[in-house]
This record gives sequence, C-alpha cells and structure tokens, in this order.
Amino acid sequence: MNDVTVRLTVNGVAHEGRCPPRKLLVDFLREDLKLTGTHVGCEHGICGACTILLDGQAARACLLLAVQADGAAITTIEGLMTNGVLHPLQEAFRQHHGLQCGFCTPGMLMTALDLLRVKPDPTEADIREGLSAVLCRCTGYHGIVKAVQAAAPLLRAASR
Amino acid sequence: MKPARFEYHAAESVEHAVELLTRYGGDAKVLAGGQSLVPMLNFRLARPAALVDVNRIPPLAFIREDNGTVAFGAMTRQRTIEFSPVVARRLPLLREATRWVGHLPIRSRGTIGGSIAHADPSAEYPAVLTALDGEVVVQGPRGRRTVRPAALFETYLTTSLAPDDLLVEVRLPAMPAGAGYAFEEFARRHGDFAIVGIAAMVAREGGRCAAARLAAAGAGPVPVRLRSAEEILERDGLGEAALEAAAARAAELVQPDSDIHASAEYRRHLTRVLTLRALKRALGVTKS
Repeated sequence: MNDVTVRLTVNGVAHEGRCPPRKLLVDFLREDLKLTGTHVGCEHGICGACTILLDGQAARACLLLAVQADGAAITTIEGLMTNGVLHPLQEAFRQHHGLQCGFCTPGMLMTALDLLRVKPDPTEADIREGLSAVLCRCTGYHGIVKAVQAAAPLLRAASR
Repeated sequence: MKPARFEYHAAESVEHAVELLTRYGGDAKVLAGGQSLVPMLNFRLARPAALVDVNRIPPLAFIREDNGTVAFGAMTRQRTIEFSPVVARRLPLLREATRWVGHLPIRSRGTIGGSIAHADPSAEYPAVLTALDGEVVVQGPRGRRTVRPAALFETYLTTSLAPDDLLVEVRLPAMPAGAGYAFEEFARRHGDFAIVGIAAMVAREGGRCAAARLAAAGAGPVPVRLRSAEEILERDGLGEAALEAAAARAAELVQPDSDIHASAEYRRHLTRVLTLRALKRALGVTKS
C-alpha cells in the first residue's frame, strides 16, 4: 500500500507527485496539481464531466488511476486557451450559448475536441451521437450541438 | 465514492502477471482498460487485495492477420479496432459492433480482451466472438491453451478462467470476402448496454446461403449462438419466408431473464425483431 510516484505532463508542463495507488487521475489533477477545471461527476464513467485527453485521446479521468498516467501527456480544459485567447471551440460555446450551469462544459469541450479530430466534418447526427458521451443536466444540448457545428469548419481551417 | 485500498503491481510480462495472480490466489484483479473494473472499485462492489495492471506489457497490443484468422492482443483498445484497416477489410462485423461499445472516450481505453473476460452477456464483443465462433488464448501457470466461446462463458460476468489465468489473445476467423453483416442493437440511449443485440453474418453463393452466423447479446446469462436459426437459412435460402422463420426460431432459442431494464418476454420479442432486421440489412451488403 506504499505511495507511488507519478510523473506526467499536463498541458505541456511536467509534473511529479506521490500518491496512493488508489487515487483516481481526476482527483490527482484536482487535489495534487490544483487543476480544478476538470470536474468530478458520477465517478463511474457515465456522465463524462471528467473527460480529459490522454495522449491525445478523450478518456474518463475517473476511470483511470493516477499511477496509470505515469509517463503520459494529458490535456485538460485549462490547456485550451492560448495567451489569453479562447480556443475556437470555447469561443463557439460562448457564441452559441453552449453552456448554462457549466458543470458538464469541460467534459463537453474535451469530448467535442476529440470528436472533431476523428470526424472533422461531422453531420448533426454524428455530433449528437458523439456528445451522448456527456450528460448535461440543464439539458442545454441544442446550443452545445450548434456550437460544435460552428466550430468544425474553424478547426478544419486551422489544421490545414 | 473512491476505491478501497489495494496493492498495485504493474506487470512487466505475461509470465509476471500470471505469477502475481497466482501469488494472490484469487484475491487480485487484472486491470485492463478499466472501463468496467474501475466503476466497480469506485463503488466498492469489488475490493480486491491487489490489482495486476497489464497495460504496460507491450506485446499484448497487436492486430495480426494470419492464414484466414485475425488475432488481437488482449490489450488492443476498442478504439484501435474501430479504425483498423485490417478489421474494416476482414471483420467488418466487428467494426460495426465496436461503434455500439459505450462511447468514443470509453473505447479509447476499453480493450477486446477485457470486454470478453468481463463476460457481460449484454456486451457486444462476446456476441461477435460467439457468432463467428472464434477462440481466446489463455495463459495460466501451466502454460497456454485455447478456449472456444461455448466453453468460456458460464453465466453473468463469469467465465471458466481460473483466477490465475490471463486472457492474452482473441482470434476471429476472417469473414468470407463479400459476406453480408450487421450488428443490430436496442438500448434506451446510445452507448448504454444493449437490452438485446444481434450479430449477423451471411455469405451468399448465387441464390443459396453458403453460411449464416447469428448470436444474441442481452438475451440470457451468456451470449447465445443461434445455430438452428442459421440452419434454416443454410437449408432454405435467403427469401423473405426463410428470414422470418429464422427470426422466429431465434426467439425460441434464447432464455432471457427479466430485470429492471426489460421483461423476458420483451427481450424475446426484440430477439425476433432485431434478428430479422439484422438479416435484411446483412443481405443488403452481401456480394456473391
């Protein structure tokens, strides 16, 4: 039951910490690294609020032990803004009222980011299916779908 | 909630993992993708003394095509399978089934070996393994052996694997070129576990059905191979009446239980409806 060492990169910054092996990655990010943008919701992989990018792929931070992320590169919601400018996807959420209470928003953004990498030109049905990975209890899905639709061409242009 | 305390071991090799499992004598759990195990840890439904993490054993993740068989390392992620050109070409049924497994962020981590070893009867991969009559390779303290699906799945969440056995590989026969296929599923929301799912493959030779493969998920304590429904098609061909007879037989072959999600009767009804739907859609994509 000895503590383990975890070395990982979060949003391009190297971190090292020690924690019990049972510590979940989401709690390590929030409590040890003080990156509280990633939210903890259901703690069993259903709600998607804790979604982060692990080596570039969306994953549930509540279903990973911190020790499993040793050596990994993580992107959290805090890593989206650059030099004080919102990421185009964040800007689209702002423009299209893609959030109400904001609890699911970090998970929505990280999930949508991965979705748009896999499917750069998604149909509305693709977006709705992709975003079914995250629950919004304000049920503000309509604005969220519109935001992702609006961001898709911007991200395509940026990746060219 | 948070997991109870456990000892953590990152296995360095398959042998090392088996040795650790043997040492704990049934009190350790294998951590693969963690998409089913970690929720059970978080809820403390599972409180193992130790976790044996097999994520850092590189030779356990591969997709290899060999002599009409596609072999998957147990730790191959569902997401890798979803985007694999080999799978798209040789096992399009598996690719289609993969899109029903949870959501993309779940598939980033979930593995083929973990899904099969977990043996949830409503899960998609055990049904595909059963339909295509593949096999799994298991390593225990006394070496390797292969196990067919009929000898693997015993009941809900229970396989014939011993506590110190590690599922290391999944082998599926490549589908015949031009075979039709479909995975049909009904769930309340996309990404939920199936209430019932049907895996179907149909190979056509002219008007004749050269081979049919059918299995049901969510219609009993284990995935069900619907062999005598397949035989109707292989004997009577692929006309409307034969498809309907096969679907009706499928509903007779399953022994579903009632639970909070659906009654046994409703699951039986879904088995017939989804089998017919799967067969019709499979026929639409056959080339003979």
